[in-house]
Amino acid sequence: MDVMRTVKYEAELDKHFGQRIMKHSGCDKISECIQCGTCSSTCPVSLYMDFTPRKLMAMVKAGFKDEALRSHTLWLCSSCYSCTVMCPAQIKITDVMYSLKRMAIEEGIYPKRFPTPALAQAMADIIAKNGRNSEMGVVMEMSLKTNPFGLLKMAPMGLSLILKGRMEIRDFFHRDKINNRKQLQDLLKGLKQREAQ
Amino acid sequence: MTTYGYYPGCSLHSSSKAYEKSLKSVFKVLNLDLKELNDWNCCGATAYFGVDKDMAMAVSGRNLAMAEQQGLKELVAPCAGCYLTLKKANEYLKDHPGDHINKTMDRVDLHYAGKVNVRHPLEVLSTDTGLPAIAAAVKRPLKEWKVASYYGCQMVRPYKDFDDPYHPQSMDEIMKALGAEAVDYPYKTRCCGGSLTGTVEDVGLRLVYMLFKEIAKHGANIIATACPLCHFNLDVYQKKVSTMFKDKFDQAQGSTFTPIPVVHFTQIIGYAFGVDKRQLGFSDLMTQPGKLIQG
Repeated sequence: MDVMRTVKYEAELDKHFGQRIMKHSGCDKISECIQCGTCSSTCPVSLYMDFTPRKLMAMVKAGFKDEALRSHTLWLCSSCYSCTVMCPAQIKITDVMYSLKRMAIEEGIYPKRFPTPALAQAMADIIAKNGRNSEMGVVMEMSLKTNPFGLLKMAPMGLSLILKGRMEIRDFFHRDKINNRKQLQDLLKGLKQREAQ
Repeated sequence: MTTYGYYPGCSLHSSSKAYEKSLKSVFKVLNLDLKELNDWNCCGATAYFGVDKDMAMAVSGRNLAMAEQQGLKELVAPCAGCYLTLKKANEYLKDHPGDHINKTMDRVDLHYAGKVNVRHPLEVLSTDTGLPAIAAAVKRPLKEWKVASYYGCQMVRPYKDFDDPYHPQSMDEIMKALGAEAVDYPYKTRCCGGSLTGTVEDVGLRLVYMLFKEIAKHGANIIATACPLCHFNLDVYQKKVSTMFKDKFDQAQGSTFTPIPVVHFTQIIGYAFGVDKRQLGFSDLMTQPGKLIQG
């Protein structure tokens, strides 16, 4: 019989994880979480998450970094801000989710075939290049990276949108561009340089 | 004539052209000028915050700074995602003058003094214009219309600037002023699934289903939205959801799912104001309002 330890020893935790997150903007109040569960009960997607928002807050505080960053919860959060508005400790839970998402992407430990991070990245890339996005261009980019066959499934919907004039073939190639792309790119470059320092 | 700056975002130029058309028509009737922000860039939506917070603030910062340079003190964003993102950046940039994001913006001629107000058209119509002026402009009172106003999430949360985050009334009040019946139901601000319908479809469509179930139960014959993504999810995915959850609908209603038209709230106002229906983009909808609309 193979046995596996299912409990983590304290020494294996990243003890300062919670404090590091707390330095991010909007995340300063995590330590005040009283585990009341208001966030999980008001969350429209908590029932599909691997860790509910309440559990995730406890994990962050306690230093379960790996588990928190690998969690699907981050990518199911739809940013509806219900938890943030309801939280009696005024924790901006949606912003905590954003911070965890960024860390997961930076450390490359997000679930790879999960489309949400690919969508976020595709959107950021297109903005940096063109300054504007097309809804369909983003979906296309994301699907090619995660599930190209899924595009076939979307074809009937795409066709009905084209027939209604709500989508154009050229949208796929995100041709819509701003005039002053240089300004936007210099702005993003300037911020990147600072981050690198 | 009052001038409002206009930030269309990606949707109002593609999947939600009807929202733009009807918004412009309504503003015209009310003698409000809508001036599009020159060279606006994508707001980055909620997705960008999950990639890079500083850059997310800065891309919206560019729009705000340009609005200020172009003399647009009020910037109207009809998409709830754009509205929230611009508001979030606005708050941050005002609260952190002289920080590295503001400084980097200064270096590329995007100095921002924090003088722009970000507004949603629903807010403009319900607070600036007001109900009496709206009621006075009605040419076609909406008899027989039972409207379920769906507010969605990001227009009322986390910023509660003009309505309640869970039990908003502003859109319902406008519908009543137009002569319609405002249908009360509990899921007015529950998430429509947002981009989950495109990423984690199984979860996204469940959220759409729950809204339809609740709205049908309360007897509405039309749904009004105030966000292009809410509209897309309820309008375009309606057929798919009705097939996917057929059994559940049958159980809940004791009959089969009846398709329900989903329209931008400005289309309803425009219709009540007597605007030619062809100018309001009704033909773009997947489920037509049918008998509700005449002439």
